[in-house]
Amino acid sequence: MHNEHSDTHFQSRIDNGEHIEAKDYMPEGYRKHLIRQMSQHAHSEVIGMQPEGNWITRAPSLRAKQILLAKIQDEGGHGLYLYSAVETLGVSRSELIEQLQTGKAKYSSIFNYPALNWADIGAIGWLVDGAAIVNQVSLQRTSYGPYSRAMVRICKEESFHQRQGYEIMATMMRGTKDQQAMAQDAMNRWWWPSLMMFGPHDSDSPRSGDAVKWKIKRETNDELRQKFIDKTIPQAELIGLTIPDKKFILDEKTGHYTLSPINWEEFHRVVAGHGPCNKQRLDHHIKYHQEGAWVREAAEAYKVKSAKKELVTA
Amino acid sequence: MIMATDTQLDLWEVFIQSKSGLPYIHSGSVHASDVKMAMQNARDIYTRRGEGTSIWVVPAKHISASNPDDNDMLFDPSNDKIYRHPTFYVMPEGAKNI
Repeated sequence: MHNEHSDTHFQSRIDNGEHIEAKDYMPEGYRKHLIRQMSQHAHSEVIGMQPEGNWITRAPSLRAKQILLAKIQDEGGHGLYLYSAVETLGVSRSELIEQLQTGKAKYSSIFNYPALNWADIGAIGWLVDGAAIVNQVSLQRTSYGPYSRAMVRICKEESFHQRQGYEIMATMMRGTKDQQAMAQDAMNRWWWPSLMMFGPHDSDSPRSGDAVKWKIKRETNDELRQKFIDKTIPQAELIGLTIPDKKFILDEKTGHYTLSPINWEEFHRVVAGHGPCNKQRLDHHIKYHQEGAWVREAAEAYKVKSAKKELVTA
Repeated sequence: MIMATDTQLDLWEVFIQSKSGLPYIHSGSVHASDVKMAMQNARDIYTRRGEGTSIWVVPAKHISASNPDDNDMLFDPSNDKIYRHPTFYVMPEGAKNI
Protein backbone atom coordinates (compact mmCIF):
# COMPACT_ATOMS: atom_id res chain seq x y z
CA MET A 1 0.00 0.00 0.00
CA HIS A 2 1.22 3.47 -0.81
CA ASN A 3 1.88 6.00 1.91
CA GLU A 4 -0.56 8.85 1.41
CA HIS A 5 1.46 11.07 3.67
CA SER A 6 4.66 10.97 1.69
CA ASP A 7 6.06 13.72 -0.48
CA THR A 8 6.66 11.16 -3.22
CA HIS A 9 2.98 10.22 -3.29
CA PHE A 10 2.05 13.92 -3.27
CA GLN A 11 4.38 14.62 -6.19
CA SER A 12 2.98 11.69 -8.15
CA ARG A 13 -0.53 13.10 -7.69
CA ILE A 14 0.71 16.47 -8.98
CA ASP A 15 2.46 14.80 -11.92
CA ASN A 16 -0.78 12.96 -12.76
CA GLY A 17 -2.51 16.32 -13.05
CA GLU A 18 -4.66 15.82 -9.95
CA HIS A 19 -5.90 18.76 -7.92
CA ILE A 20 -4.98 18.99 -4.25
CA GLU A 21 -7.85 19.77 -1.89
CA ALA A 22 -7.78 21.39 1.56
CA LYS A 23 -7.76 18.18 3.61
CA ASP A 24 -5.34 16.25 1.40
CA TYR A 25 -1.77 15.67 2.49
CA MET A 26 0.60 18.37 1.27
CA PRO A 27 4.25 19.09 2.07
CA GLU A 28 4.74 22.02 4.44
CA GLY A 29 6.62 23.92 1.74
CA TYR A 30 3.66 23.63 -0.62
CA ARG A 31 1.27 24.96 2.01
CA LYS A 32 3.62 27.83 2.86
CA HIS A 33 4.17 28.77 -0.75
CA LEU A 34 0.41 28.81 -1.36
CA ILE A 35 -0.34 30.90 1.71
CA ARG A 36 2.29 33.42 0.66
CA GLN A 37 1.25 33.60 -2.98
CA MET A 38 -2.52 33.50 -2.46
CA SER A 39 -2.55 36.02 0.38
CA GLN A 40 -0.33 38.35 -1.62
CA HIS A 41 -2.80 37.97 -4.45
CA ALA A 42 -5.77 38.70 -2.15
CA HIS A 43 -4.05 41.73 -0.61
CA SER A 44 -3.26 43.04 -4.10
CA GLU A 45 -6.93 42.95 -5.07
CA VAL A 46 -7.91 44.85 -1.95
CA ILE A 47 -5.09 47.44 -2.00
CA GLY A 48 -5.73 47.77 -5.75
CA MET A 49 -9.08 49.37 -4.95
CA GLN A 50 -7.31 52.48 -3.64
CA PRO A 51 -5.70 54.07 -6.73
CA GLU A 52 -9.02 53.76 -8.57
CA GLY A 53 -11.21 54.72 -5.62
CA ASN A 54 -9.44 58.04 -5.81
CA TRP A 55 -11.28 58.73 -9.10
CA ILE A 56 -14.87 57.73 -8.31
CA THR A 57 -15.98 61.25 -7.42
CA ARG A 58 -14.15 62.73 -10.39
CA ALA A 59 -15.15 60.32 -13.14
CA PRO A 60 -15.96 62.37 -16.25
CA SER A 61 -19.49 61.00 -16.78
CA LEU A 62 -22.18 59.04 -14.99
CA ARG A 63 -21.43 56.08 -17.28
CA ALA A 64 -17.75 56.20 -16.34
CA LYS A 65 -18.60 56.47 -12.65
CA GLN A 66 -20.95 53.46 -12.74
CA ILE A 67 -18.32 51.38 -14.53
CA LEU A 68 -15.58 52.39 -12.10
CA LEU A 69 -17.77 51.57 -9.11
CA ALA A 70 -18.61 48.14 -10.55
CA LYS A 71 -14.95 47.47 -11.28
CA ILE A 72 -13.82 48.42 -7.78
CA GLN A 73 -16.60 46.30 -6.28
CA ASP A 74 -15.27 43.40 -8.36
CA GLU A 75 -11.76 43.93 -6.97
CA GLY A 76 -13.16 43.73 -3.44
CA GLY A 77 -15.01 40.58 -4.42
CA HIS A 78 -11.87 39.06 -5.91
CA GLY A 79 -10.01 39.79 -2.70
CA LEU A 80 -12.73 37.95 -0.80
CA TYR A 81 -12.74 34.91 -3.12
CA LEU A 82 -9.02 34.64 -2.54
CA TYR A 83 -9.16 35.17 1.23
CA SER A 84 -11.85 32.50 1.31
CA ALA A 85 -9.56 30.14 -0.64
CA VAL A 86 -6.46 30.84 1.45
CA GLU A 87 -8.40 30.29 4.68
CA THR A 88 -8.89 26.66 3.61
CA LEU A 89 -5.15 26.22 4.29
CA GLY A 90 -5.74 26.80 7.98
CA VAL A 91 -4.80 30.45 8.31
CA SER A 92 -7.35 32.90 9.71
CA ARG A 93 -8.54 36.12 8.13
CA SER A 94 -7.24 38.05 11.15
CA GLU A 95 -3.74 36.63 10.68
CA LEU A 96 -3.83 37.49 6.99
CA ILE A 97 -4.87 41.07 7.63
CA GLU A 98 -2.28 41.43 10.35
CA GLN A 99 0.44 40.18 8.00
CA LEU A 100 -0.62 42.79 5.46
CA GLN A 101 -0.78 45.63 7.95
CA THR A 102 2.57 44.83 9.57
CA GLY A 103 4.24 44.53 6.18
CA LYS A 104 5.03 40.83 6.66
CA ALA A 105 2.91 39.99 3.63
CA LYS A 106 3.35 41.90 0.40
CA TYR A 107 0.91 43.03 -2.25
CA SER A 108 1.66 43.80 -5.88
CA SER A 109 4.05 46.74 -6.06
CA ILE A 110 2.11 48.24 -8.95
CA PHE A 111 -0.40 49.69 -6.49
CA ASN A 112 2.29 51.81 -4.90
CA TYR A 113 2.12 54.08 -7.94
CA PRO A 114 -0.43 56.93 -7.91
CA ALA A 115 -3.33 57.37 -10.35
CA LEU A 116 -2.62 60.99 -11.28
CA ASN A 117 -5.31 61.70 -13.87
CA TRP A 118 -8.23 60.07 -15.69
CA ALA A 119 -5.96 58.53 -18.32
CA ASP A 120 -4.35 56.55 -15.50
CA ILE A 121 -7.68 54.81 -14.93
CA GLY A 122 -7.53 53.75 -18.57
CA ALA A 123 -3.93 52.62 -18.26
CA ILE A 124 -4.60 50.70 -15.05
CA GLY A 125 -7.51 48.80 -16.59
CA TRP A 126 -5.76 48.08 -19.86
CA LEU A 127 -2.18 47.44 -18.69
CA VAL A 128 -2.35 46.50 -15.01
CA ASP A 129 -5.48 44.37 -15.29
CA GLY A 130 -4.21 43.13 -18.64
CA ALA A 131 -1.02 41.88 -17.02
CA ALA A 132 -2.99 40.42 -14.11
CA ILE A 133 -5.25 38.54 -16.53
CA VAL A 134 -2.30 36.88 -18.31
CA ASN A 135 -1.12 35.65 -14.93
CA GLN A 136 -4.57 34.63 -13.73
CA VAL A 137 -5.53 32.77 -16.90
CA SER A 138 -2.44 30.65 -16.34
CA LEU A 139 -3.30 30.17 -12.65
CA GLN A 140 -6.70 28.69 -13.51
CA ARG A 141 -4.75 25.45 -13.96
CA THR A 142 -2.91 25.76 -10.65
CA SER A 143 -2.75 22.52 -8.65
CA TYR A 144 -4.54 23.70 -5.50
CA GLY A 145 -8.30 23.22 -6.03
CA PRO A 146 -9.68 26.19 -4.07
CA TYR A 147 -7.14 28.56 -5.70
CA SER A 148 -7.90 27.22 -9.15
CA ARG A 149 -11.67 27.65 -8.65
CA ALA A 150 -11.23 31.22 -7.39
CA MET A 151 -9.13 31.98 -10.48
CA VAL A 152 -11.76 30.63 -12.86
CA ARG A 153 -14.33 32.90 -11.27
CA ILE A 154 -11.99 35.91 -11.32
CA CYS A 155 -11.02 35.43 -14.96
CA LYS A 156 -14.68 35.45 -16.01
CA GLU A 157 -15.08 38.88 -14.44
CA GLU A 158 -11.72 40.43 -15.18
CA SER A 159 -12.02 40.75 -18.93
CA PHE A 160 -14.49 43.65 -18.60
CA HIS A 161 -11.85 45.46 -16.52
CA GLN A 162 -9.30 45.35 -19.27
CA ARG A 163 -11.76 46.26 -22.01
CA GLN A 164 -13.10 49.30 -20.15
CA GLY A 165 -9.52 50.51 -19.66
CA TYR A 166 -8.63 50.09 -23.31
CA GLU A 167 -11.86 51.87 -24.25
CA ILE A 168 -10.80 54.88 -22.13
CA MET A 169 -7.39 54.96 -23.80
CA ALA A 170 -8.87 54.60 -27.31
CA THR A 171 -11.39 57.36 -26.61
CA MET A 172 -8.67 59.74 -25.41
CA MET A 173 -6.51 58.94 -28.43
CA ARG A 174 -9.39 60.03 -30.68
CA GLY A 175 -9.69 63.27 -28.68
CA THR A 176 -7.81 66.58 -28.55
CA LYS A 177 -4.02 66.91 -28.60
CA ASP A 178 -4.08 67.44 -24.82
CA GLN A 179 -6.13 64.28 -24.28
CA GLN A 180 -3.78 62.30 -26.50
CA ALA A 181 -0.82 63.62 -24.54
CA MET A 182 -2.46 62.61 -21.27
CA ALA A 183 -3.04 59.07 -22.54
CA GLN A 184 0.55 58.82 -23.78
CA ASP A 185 1.86 60.15 -20.45
CA ALA A 186 -0.14 57.51 -18.57
CA MET A 187 1.21 54.84 -20.95
CA ASN A 188 4.77 56.06 -20.29
CA ARG A 189 4.35 55.84 -16.54
CA TRP A 190 2.48 52.47 -16.36
CA TRP A 191 4.25 50.47 -19.08
CA TRP A 192 7.39 49.44 -17.21
CA PRO A 193 5.75 48.88 -13.82
CA SER A 194 3.18 46.64 -15.58
CA LEU A 195 6.00 44.51 -17.01
CA MET A 196 7.53 44.28 -13.54
CA MET A 197 4.26 42.82 -12.22
CA PHE A 198 5.35 39.42 -13.53
CA GLY A 199 8.25 39.45 -11.09
CA PRO A 200 12.00 38.97 -11.55
CA HIS A 201 13.48 37.11 -14.52
CA ASP A 202 13.37 33.32 -14.21
CA SER A 203 17.13 33.29 -13.68
CA ASP A 204 16.71 35.55 -10.59
CA SER A 205 13.56 34.00 -9.17
CA PRO A 206 14.62 31.71 -6.33
CA ARG A 207 11.20 30.20 -5.54
CA SER A 208 10.12 29.50 -9.11
CA GLY A 209 11.61 25.99 -9.16
CA ASP A 210 9.36 24.56 -6.44
CA ALA A 211 6.31 26.47 -7.65
CA VAL A 212 6.67 25.01 -11.12
CA LYS A 213 7.46 21.50 -9.83
CA TRP A 214 4.33 21.61 -7.64
CA LYS A 215 2.34 23.12 -10.52
CA ILE A 216 1.32 26.08 -8.38
CA LYS A 217 2.72 28.15 -11.24
CA ARG A 218 2.06 26.69 -14.67
CA GLU A 219 4.23 29.14 -16.60
CA THR A 220 7.30 31.09 -15.55
CA ASN A 221 7.54 34.86 -15.00
CA ASP A 222 9.35 35.44 -18.28
CA GLU A 223 6.93 33.28 -20.31
CA LEU A 224 3.95 35.19 -18.94
CA ARG A 225 5.62 38.57 -19.42
CA GLN A 226 6.35 37.72 -23.07
CA LYS A 227 2.70 36.80 -23.66
CA PHE A 228 1.60 40.14 -22.25
CA ILE A 229 4.14 42.10 -24.31
CA ASP A 230 3.20 40.32 -27.53
CA LYS A 231 -0.49 41.01 -27.22
CA THR A 232 -0.24 44.53 -25.79
CA ILE A 233 2.15 46.23 -28.23
CA PRO A 234 -0.19 45.76 -31.25
CA GLN A 235 -3.08 47.10 -29.11
CA ALA A 236 -1.03 50.22 -28.31
CA GLU A 237 -0.07 50.74 -31.93
CA LEU A 238 -3.66 50.32 -33.10
CA ILE A 239 -4.82 53.38 -31.17
CA GLY A 240 -1.68 55.43 -31.87
CA LEU A 241 0.14 55.06 -28.54
CA THR A 242 3.93 54.85 -28.57
CA ILE A 243 5.75 52.19 -26.52
CA PRO A 244 8.09 54.08 -24.17
CA ASP A 245 11.08 52.02 -25.30
CA LYS A 246 13.27 53.23 -28.16
CA LYS A 247 14.83 49.84 -28.68
CA PHE A 248 12.00 47.33 -28.86
CA ILE A 249 12.02 45.11 -31.93
CA LEU A 250 9.69 42.53 -33.41
CA ASP A 251 11.21 39.24 -34.49
CA GLU A 252 9.15 38.58 -37.61
CA LYS A 253 9.97 34.88 -37.53
CA THR A 254 8.81 34.13 -33.98
CA GLY A 255 6.26 36.95 -33.63
CA HIS A 256 7.85 37.89 -30.29
CA TYR A 257 8.94 41.38 -29.29
CA THR A 258 12.27 42.02 -27.58
CA LEU A 259 12.50 45.01 -25.25
CA SER A 260 15.24 47.05 -23.59
CA PRO A 261 16.33 45.71 -20.21
CA ILE A 262 13.90 46.31 -17.33
CA ASN A 263 15.07 48.64 -14.54
CA TRP A 264 15.04 46.12 -11.69
CA GLU A 265 16.53 48.63 -9.28
CA GLU A 266 13.26 50.51 -9.38
CA PHE A 267 11.33 47.27 -8.82
CA HIS A 268 13.37 46.32 -5.76
CA ARG A 269 13.15 49.86 -4.39
CA VAL A 270 9.34 49.82 -4.59
CA VAL A 271 9.08 46.28 -3.17
CA ALA A 272 11.29 47.37 -0.27
CA GLY A 273 8.76 50.07 0.56
CA HIS A 274 10.17 53.12 -1.18
CA GLY A 275 7.59 53.56 -3.96
CA PRO A 276 5.57 56.76 -4.24
CA CYS A 277 2.55 55.48 -2.25
CA ASN A 278 3.61 52.52 -0.06
CA LYS A 279 2.98 54.29 3.22
CA GLN A 280 -0.25 55.91 2.06
CA ARG A 281 -1.72 52.56 0.92
CA LEU A 282 -1.08 50.78 4.22
CA ASP A 283 -2.07 53.76 6.38
CA HIS A 284 -5.35 53.94 4.50
CA HIS A 285 -6.02 50.22 4.97
CA ILE A 286 -5.27 50.38 8.70
CA LYS A 287 -7.36 53.52 9.19
CA TYR A 288 -10.49 52.05 7.61
CA HIS A 289 -9.95 48.70 9.26
CA GLN A 290 -9.90 50.44 12.63
CA GLU A 291 -12.83 52.67 11.82
CA GLY A 292 -14.87 49.59 10.87
CA ALA A 293 -14.16 47.83 14.18
CA TRP A 294 -17.35 49.11 15.80
CA VAL A 295 -19.43 47.59 12.99
CA ARG A 296 -17.94 44.16 13.63
CA GLU A 297 -18.40 44.59 17.38
CA ALA A 298 -22.02 45.66 16.94
CA ALA A 299 -22.68 42.66 14.67
CA GLU A 300 -21.23 40.31 17.29
CA ALA A 301 -23.25 41.96 20.07
CA TYR A 302 -26.42 41.64 17.99
CA LYS A 303 -25.67 37.96 17.39
CA VAL A 304 -25.27 37.30 21.13
CA LYS A 305 -28.44 39.25 21.94
CA SER A 306 -30.48 37.40 19.29
CA ALA A 307 -29.24 34.04 20.58
CA LYS A 308 -30.38 34.93 24.11
CA LYS A 309 -33.81 35.96 22.82
CA GLU A 310 -34.17 32.65 21.03
CA LEU A 311 -33.42 30.82 24.28
CA VAL A 312 -36.10 32.79 26.13
CA THR A 313 -38.79 32.27 23.52
CA ALA A 314 -37.91 28.62 22.90
CA MET B 1 -1.95 50.33 16.86
CA ILE B 2 -3.03 47.69 14.43
CA MET B 3 -6.32 46.05 15.33
CA ALA B 4 -6.13 43.03 13.11
CA THR B 5 -6.82 40.70 16.00
CA ASP B 6 -10.39 41.83 16.59
CA THR B 7 -13.26 39.62 15.46
CA GLN B 8 -13.67 38.71 11.81
CA LEU B 9 -17.12 37.21 12.49
CA ASP B 10 -18.11 33.60 11.71
CA LEU B 11 -17.32 31.56 8.63
CA TRP B 12 -20.22 30.48 6.38
CA GLU B 13 -20.05 28.29 3.29
CA VAL B 14 -22.01 29.41 0.25
CA PHE B 15 -23.83 27.16 -2.24
CA ILE B 16 -25.46 28.56 -5.35
CA GLN B 17 -27.98 27.14 -7.77
CA SER B 18 -27.32 28.71 -11.15
CA LYS B 19 -30.69 27.80 -12.71
CA SER B 20 -33.83 26.25 -11.30
CA GLY B 21 -33.64 22.50 -11.55
CA LEU B 22 -29.85 22.36 -11.29
CA PRO B 23 -27.91 21.24 -8.21
CA TYR B 24 -26.55 23.68 -5.63
CA ILE B 25 -22.80 24.04 -6.06
CA HIS B 26 -20.27 25.24 -3.51
CA SER B 27 -19.01 28.71 -4.46
CA GLY B 28 -16.78 29.71 -1.56
CA SER B 29 -17.27 31.25 1.84
CA VAL B 30 -18.19 34.52 3.52
CA HIS B 31 -17.74 36.00 6.97
CA ALA B 32 -20.91 37.11 8.78
CA SER B 33 -22.36 37.34 12.26
CA ASP B 34 -25.82 36.02 11.42
CA VAL B 35 -27.80 34.38 8.66
CA LYS B 36 -29.15 37.65 7.27
CA MET B 37 -25.67 39.13 6.90
CA ALA B 38 -24.35 35.86 5.49
CA MET B 39 -27.09 35.87 2.85
CA GLN B 40 -26.46 39.50 1.89
CA ASN B 41 -22.70 39.01 1.72
CA ALA B 42 -23.10 35.85 -0.36
CA ARG B 43 -25.35 37.72 -2.79
CA ASP B 44 -22.90 40.64 -3.08
CA ILE B 45 -19.81 38.48 -3.41
CA TYR B 46 -20.93 35.51 -5.49
CA THR B 47 -23.87 36.69 -7.63
CA ARG B 48 -22.95 40.06 -9.14
CA ARG B 49 -23.68 38.87 -12.68
CA GLY B 50 -26.78 36.75 -12.43
CA GLU B 51 -24.84 33.62 -11.43
CA GLY B 52 -27.66 32.35 -9.28
CA THR B 53 -31.38 31.92 -8.79
CA SER B 54 -31.02 30.62 -5.24
CA ILE B 55 -28.44 30.68 -2.42
CA TRP B 56 -27.79 28.41 0.56
CA VAL B 57 -25.57 29.66 3.39
CA VAL B 58 -24.42 27.16 6.02
CA PRO B 59 -22.29 27.84 9.11
CA ALA B 60 -18.95 26.22 8.26
CA LYS B 61 -18.78 24.59 11.71
CA HIS B 62 -21.86 22.51 10.85
CA ILE B 63 -20.29 20.93 7.79
CA SER B 64 -18.47 17.63 8.19
CA ALA B 65 -16.08 16.51 5.50
CA SER B 66 -14.78 13.01 4.93
CA ASN B 67 -11.11 12.45 5.57
CA PRO B 68 -9.12 11.81 2.37
CA ASP B 69 -7.04 9.27 4.32
CA ASP B 70 -10.17 7.12 4.64
CA ASN B 71 -10.92 7.13 0.93
CA ASP B 72 -9.85 3.54 0.33
CA MET B 73 -12.05 2.23 3.12
CA LEU B 74 -14.91 4.64 2.55
CA PHE B 75 -15.36 4.20 -1.17
CA ASP B 76 -14.12 0.64 -1.58
CA PRO B 77 -17.50 -1.12 -1.13
CA SER B 78 -18.81 0.46 -4.34
CA ASN B 79 -15.96 -0.77 -6.49
CA ASP B 80 -16.59 -4.52 -6.31
CA LYS B 81 -20.29 -4.51 -7.12
CA ILE B 82 -20.20 -4.21 -10.85
CA TYR B 83 -23.71 -5.76 -11.05
CA ARG B 84 -24.95 -2.29 -10.04
CA HIS B 85 -24.11 -1.09 -13.54
CA PRO B 86 -26.44 -1.81 -16.48
CA THR B 87 -23.54 -2.93 -18.67
CA PHE B 88 -23.08 -5.98 -16.39
CA TYR B 89 -26.10 -7.73 -17.89
CA VAL B 90 -26.20 -9.74 -21.08
CA MET B 91 -29.15 -8.91 -23.29
CA PRO B 92 -30.49 -11.36 -25.90
CA GLU B 93 -29.42 -10.63 -29.45
CA GLY B 94 -31.90 -8.26 -31.11
CA ALA B 95 -33.44 -6.86 -27.90
CA LYS B 96 -34.41 -3.22 -28.43
CA ASN B 97 -35.24 -0.18 -26.28
CA ILE B 98 -33.65 -1.66 -23.17
